[in-house]
Amino acid sequence: MKIFGHKPTTSAWFGLGIISIFLFISVFTPWLAPYGQSTNVGGTWDEPSATMLLGADQIGRDMLTRIMYGSRMTIGVALAITLLSFLIGIVLGFISAVLGGWVDIFFTRLVDVMLSIPGLIFALIILGVFGSSIPVLILTIAVLDSTRVFRLSRAMGMNLTVMEYVEAARLRGEGLWWVISREILPNAWAPLVSEFGLRFCFNFLFIAGLSFLGLGIQPPYADLGGMVRENAAAINFGMMAPIYPATAIALLTVSVNLVVDWMLSIDARPSGAQAEL
Amino acid sequence: MTQVEDNSTILNIKGLRLESIAGNIIVDSVDLNLKKGEVLGLIGESGAGKSSIGLSSMCYARAGVHIAGGEINLGGTNIRSLDADGRRRMRGKRIAYIAQSATAAFNPSHTLMDQVCEAPLIHRLMTRTEAEAWARQLFKALDLPDWENFGARYPHQASGGQLQRAMAAMAMSCRPDVLVLDEPTTALDVTTQIEVLILLKSLIRQYNTAALYITHDLAVVAQVADRIKVLRHGKEVEEGVTDQILHHAQKDYTARLVAVRGAAASERAVSATVKEQNVLSIKDCHAYYGNFHVVRGVSLDVKLGETVAVVGESGSGKSTLARVVTGLLPPKSGDIVFQGKALPPSLKERTKELKRRIQLVYQIPDVAINPRQSLQDIVGRPVQFYFGSGRKETLERAKELMRLVELPEDFLQRRPGQLSGGQKQRVCIARALAAKPDLIILDEPTSALDPLVAEEILTLLRKLQRELGLSYILITHDLDVVHRIAHRTAVMLQGQFVAFDQTDKIFDNPEHPYTQKLITAVPEMRVDWLDEVLAKRAAATA
Repeated sequence: MKIFGHKPTTSAWFGLGIISIFLFISVFTPWLAPYGQSTNVGGTWDEPSATMLLGADQIGRDMLTRIMYGSRMTIGVALAITLLSFLIGIVLGFISAVLGGWVDIFFTRLVDVMLSIPGLIFALIILGVFGSSIPVLILTIAVLDSTRVFRLSRAMGMNLTVMEYVEAARLRGEGLWWVISREILPNAWAPLVSEFGLRFCFNFLFIAGLSFLGLGIQPPYADLGGMVRENAAAINFGMMAPIYPATAIALLTVSVNLVVDWMLSIDARPSGAQAEL
Repeated sequence: MTQVEDNSTILNIKGLRLESIAGNIIVDSVDLNLKKGEVLGLIGESGAGKSSIGLSSMCYARAGVHIAGGEINLGGTNIRSLDADGRRRMRGKRIAYIAQSATAAFNPSHTLMDQVCEAPLIHRLMTRTEAEAWARQLFKALDLPDWENFGARYPHQASGGQLQRAMAAMAMSCRPDVLVLDEPTTALDVTTQIEVLILLKSLIRQYNTAALYITHDLAVVAQVADRIKVLRHGKEVEEGVTDQILHHAQKDYTARLVAVRGAAASERAVSATVKEQNVLSIKDCHAYYGNFHVVRGVSLDVKLGETVAVVGESGSGKSTLARVVTGLLPPKSGDIVFQGKALPPSLKERTKELKRRIQLVYQIPDVAINPRQSLQDIVGRPVQFYFGSGRKETLERAKELMRLVELPEDFLQRRPGQLSGGQKQRVCIARALAAKPDLIILDEPTSALDPLVAEEILTLLRKLQRELGLSYILITHDLDVVHRIAHRTAVMLQGQFVAFDQTDKIFDNPEHPYTQKLITAVPEMRVDWLDEVLAKRAAATA
């Protein structure tokens, strides 16, 4: 089987498999989960049993149910953030690259200013001021993250605007939108898609980090990072509780990276082999 | 020639077979025999496998290619049986390579002396002092300016021709038995090419080095090679003594290669339907890049149905002139009148209608069309954009354009990656024609193409001019092309026209010394041409 006209490697297949399982669970959580996400069905940190496959969390909710809802929330929010940040980053990056001049200077300096403030601190300030609701969370991280996407798409746009087919489109009198969407974007697709996978991972971990600090997704909603924090104390008693959500985070991150590695290797490998020495 | 007594075989290749990773055969059972002090020319179109053969004579293959079979004997040892270490000890010392683009082959952060001395030091052949002394001697032999201190320069401080010569010094630094010269003069201007050619030839003779000379230009190889091997699609077409290949080619393909170069001087087939009406006239145009005065007071006029060629070397400002006409670079002063009306200097101020009437065809077709669009989109877009045609009309017109440029209609579904270089250039021409232009600017339309393909493109351009009454401005450095299709020719030097007249007059009776120099520097298809030039020069200085 081929994806994007290329045959995935074994590790890419593994990654794709895990990601599809996560996506499937995320979409159908309410039907798949054995219990409600805030229903108490057992005691604090109950051991795994036939009724609760992964045991219970710190207030007796079913761990498996919480992980399913947690993945749904975390993946949903991370995806929304990444899509939004790519939309902002790509549009502004390509506009900067194509128009150049003052527009370019304005946006690049703005991005420099934003990048000069550490991301976590910036997010903490904004979330502290506006309170941590899901829309604020998405918007804040998306804007912060779009600076990196901007850098990448501007650099690629710069390389592509000097191509003669872009010049030919300009000579024809095509507008900015045509040049960006029809001449530049199709040629920048491959690296952008793999970058999308990477940024998705970072965002996913960033939310987990914020939740761990208590500023991410608020209870009673489940999210993987938050669950690690809430159940962290169980480690002191030699119990497995925080390991389960942490494993879910690790599994998803590793899977996305395996797929991204494969995509990047397609792009970086022109003829498929090393020179014969 | 210093040593003629020793003429044993130095390089012998038997049944060489190169395959790509995908299993395509790049080179198929090629034999090659090179004696001491002999120069063998390898000639063929791009993709003929000539560079791959050159590299595999050092037992090296580019990424994606591997040596699948055959024997490579260098001075009696089969180098294919050597391990990586043994090959490293042989390369540079016994056999050395001169690449096409010297500008890209030098490391920009080391001095030329460091790079020239690198090989003898690595191979422990000389001490640093000896190596430097030898390098200076080579710089002197290669006629480099200020040869005693030339080595202290960095690559950016030397011109293209100088770098190419420095690379020859680098290759000679270990006094190898065999030199592999891969298109050493192709990237150079004609007037520089002849100088480098003269020096390479004398260097090879002086040290009795055997050489493989790889090029696509028969006239060039005729000046240096003792024998010529013609290659096509990775197979040998024929091999013979230079004189025999040029005058008594056995195979049809070789004869065609010779004929293309030979035709230039004899045949001229410009269309005769030039009208006395000016399409474009430029008066006293000045253009700058920043503070750099590139176009210095150029005046030019193009008549209806006429081809005006602008000839010059790289850096003469001819491409800049094209950018001025298209509006990409607004001139600082000067009037441009197009079809009787003043043409606004910058692209932004020009109407869609004006943009439609002037079209540009680029030098390198690979980057001039978007690799991610189908030909239908590429050729159809101008139709849709300028004439607002619907889907069906656009498709009809696209098909018609494909017929005009002699490409099959079903190519419309293809993407540029599935086309050859010549086909891509046809697509570029079709895209320009889609706008129904009055003036097409051809910026080196054939210089990235193989000679036989270039010939077809020129024929197509002439046909289109005859049928559609187009006017062309042809920007080129290739005097052959000019001679074939231009009605009038302008010779450009340092941003100015030194001559502008009927093409015949320019060629038959060049008045300006630069024009003379340019015309005499084009290699002719004769074995003794270079020697004649040298004899003439000697006579002039004496």
